Amino acid sequence: MELLGITKRFPGVIANSDVNVAVRPGTVHALVGENGAGKSTLMKILYGMQRPDEGSIEIDGKAATFHSPADAIAAGIGMVHQHFMLADNLTVLENVVLGSEPRSGGRLDFKAARGKIRDISGRYGLGVEPDRLVDELGVGDRQRVEILKVLYRGARILILDEPTAVLVPQEVDELFGNLRELKAEGLTILFISHKLDEVLSVADDITVMRRGTTVASVAPRETTARQLAELMVGSALPVPELRESTVTDVPVIEVDGLTVNTPDGRAVLEDLSFTIHAGEVLGIAGVEGNGQAELVEALMGIRSLDSGRIFLRDKEISKLSTRDRRDAGMAYIPEDRHRQGVLLEATLWENRILGHQTKAPSVRGVLINRGGARKDTRRIVEEYDVRTPGIDVAVGSLSGGNQQKLIVGREMSGNPVLLIASHPTRGVDVGAQAAIWEHIRRARAEHLAVLLISADLDELIGMSDSLSVILRGRLVASYDPKTVTPEELGSAMTGAGEGAA
Amino acid sequence: MAGYLTYLKRRFSWHTLRRVGLALAAPVSALVFAAIVSVIILSVTGHSPADAAQQMADSLERPRTFANSLNNATTYYLSAVAVAIGFKMRLFNIGVDGQYRIAAMLSAALAGAAFMENLPSFLRVAMTIIVAMLVGAVWAGIAGILKVTRGVSEVISTIMLNAVATAVVAFLLNPSRLAVPIGGSNNIGTPPITEGGRVSGIPYPGSTSTVFGLSILAVAVGVGYWYLLSRTRFGFDLKATGLSESAAVASGVNVKKMVVASMVLSGAVAGLVGVPQLLGSSHTYALDFPAGLGFTGIAIALLGRNHPVGMAIAAILWGVLDQTSNSLDITGVPKEIVVIMQGVIVLSVVIAYELVRRYRLRLEQRDVGAALGTTKTPAPAEVTT
Repeated sequence: MELLGITKRFPGVIANSDVNVAVRPGTVHALVGENGAGKSTLMKILYGMQRPDEGSIEIDGKAATFHSPADAIAAGIGMVHQHFMLADNLTVLENVVLGSEPRSGGRLDFKAARGKIRDISGRYGLGVEPDRLVDELGVGDRQRVEILKVLYRGARILILDEPTAVLVPQEVDELFGNLRELKAEGLTILFISHKLDEVLSVADDITVMRRGTTVASVAPRETTARQLAELMVGSALPVPELRESTVTDVPVIEVDGLTVNTPDGRAVLEDLSFTIHAGEVLGIAGVEGNGQAELVEALMGIRSLDSGRIFLRDKEISKLSTRDRRDAGMAYIPEDRHRQGVLLEATLWENRILGHQTKAPSVRGVLINRGGARKDTRRIVEEYDVRTPGIDVAVGSLSGGNQQKLIVGREMSGNPVLLIASHPTRGVDVGAQAAIWEHIRRARAEHLAVLLISADLDELIGMSDSLSVILRGRLVASYDPKTVTPEELGSAMTGAGEGAA
Repeated sequence: MAGYLTYLKRRFSWHTLRRVGLALAAPVSALVFAAIVSVIILSVTGHSPADAAQQMADSLERPRTFANSLNNATTYYLSAVAVAIGFKMRLFNIGVDGQYRIAAMLSAALAGAAFMENLPSFLRVAMTIIVAMLVGAVWAGIAGILKVTRGVSEVISTIMLNAVATAVVAFLLNPSRLAVPIGGSNNIGTPPITEGGRVSGIPYPGSTSTVFGLSILAVAVGVGYWYLLSRTRFGFDLKATGLSESAAVASGVNVKKMVVASMVLSGAVAGLVGVPQLLGSSHTYALDFPAGLGFTGIAIALLGRNHPVGMAIAAILWGVLDQTSNSLDITGVPKEIVVIMQGVIVLSVVIAYELVRRYRLRLEQRDVGAALGTTKTPAPAEVTT
């Protein structure tokens, strides 16, 4: 497959200009670039969701024009999206056939489909069981279901959009194993990623995009992660790293025996106890779905405790409302910014007020202080480098990274004493990532206590003063971030190795 | 000064024009579409659309028709605001109808009661209004409380409360309880409100009909609604909950409290719906008191997009359509054509708004892209070691 001189203009802006990518059949080709470098536009063009203004797509030497994803699928191109598109309450089989149900004589022919799924699963070593409920599957399994879904539709070229963003190292290895099998069977894979180490380990060719165009094509053997990153950003690369310790002996938050149960009485968090001091960052490592979300919500007062107590600066807050907790100085960067962080249809300055409905400069008494909120929004836009044409546009029209910068800026305002940061740099580009780290470092030096939850182990290790691993709702191990390796953390996270004390 | 100039420039820029254009696109295209449908129906059934339109336009020139249209619009507007308060929270208060009927009936009984006779006029009117709001608030509050404590959908509970309200009104509106026979008819109603408890109308030039004195109440409610939503913390919480409940919760909004509060508020405004008619014209809650205004309110809130001004325009349009339709029967055109037209407007405006919303979002994303594409190149990553 080859992309020749693809150019896509939106009025006033060129999203892609003269993009050239040549993908050799039967290889894993990685496409790397910062957010906003034009990768997603290119993917949309390739998947028929948008049409290029100039340039052409050739598949096996024949020019192809796609008017819709259906055309792309027909040409053997399949897309595995970053966010899984699976119905939890259906089985794997039902999810796979959804939209292309096998019929025989007006009835659904599940038997044939089941056979076909088993066959594909076996051929590529995916290990997918057609009759499992998707709800019961882990993240890695779900991803394999997504891959199977596109293979089922006859794809010969797979596009994987940031497939490792949600995986732990062991799952990443499994995924790469799968990719190698797919490759060995003659399939072509276009792999989009930020994570350069992974790209280097799995790709046969790498194309780097920056500012809408392809800037380099390199072979993984001839380059390093650092060189790649520098190609991507066009300059040197940030490192998650704390300087001297700023940990004090003043406890900011003390959690004692925190337990949260599901409605049917199963514990999702069991007897959690920890303390974070002023100027300390406590990192929580764990495979997603091991209680991190519940922990964060319990601390923020969104979810009620079944037992245990929480103290913020020696005052018990276990029973306080979310608003009272925020008033007491808790700030919150949620894991899912669209769900909990912003009002997509509201403007930037209205979003500045969100979570600060009781605090100056957003409000004055029971009234909204529009002037104050707007002025402070401009400050955040300036200080946190939120790229936006103004503060009156809807947050939903900004890129994810810029939305995140706005959230971080908002949560850092009003001098919080405790920041609960769930994946603070997920989906943001390298520049923004460095800026967010720097803001956390600066606030830490000013005695902010931080609870950091992240799937990016480098970030966790680099940005934490102490590290704990959460597994099935319990803190199972603690590590010194100065000495621990990502591999050690990874095995503790999956419960494979019993962690050191 | 310079700041003010740039402010003015921004206000009247091309973008403002576009914003206004987009805001009008949906209702205007819905109206045009509805007009086309009406024209087709009239033509097919052998009536002249031009004559019908001429008839309606002529009748509007009569001051009386317009005064009556404004009176209709007053009640419609109050009803629409009540519905819109719910809509802003993604709550569907279908119960405005029951809320205003039971509120009008009980406040009419109070206003007509003998002991009110000796009170100053202002106090009587104020008490009537407050009682109407309280009754409406309580009636809607039931649905709010059921929703937060038992998880009952407010759609179901308010529909059922409408039926309950009908039954309660029928029970109370009985000569052995709150009603008295009305002289010269077999109608019954609450004791007539005497002069001191009424609100006199505003004379309309050239018309014997007056405009409800309490139409200023509708204006006040509109201003209050706008102020509440755009200027207060409560309004912010309300809108935030409507836009994203999960984000509102994370920001510290107590959603249960907001559900009850907004239902109560919606019901309080709903309670007002019947009051201008009651104190301005009927002076009694009788069997023939206008019903169904709550449902008209839903249509107007949809057409006016919950916007205080948009709903006012929609309410006046509705009032005008209702009043001018009376003239159609004279020419033999069934006046139900206006009901069809209103129905088509509501259906098509919902679709049109959604289309415009998507288009606007795309346009704005494009703007953001354009603005950023022409600004400075992305700053190099900060290196901090």
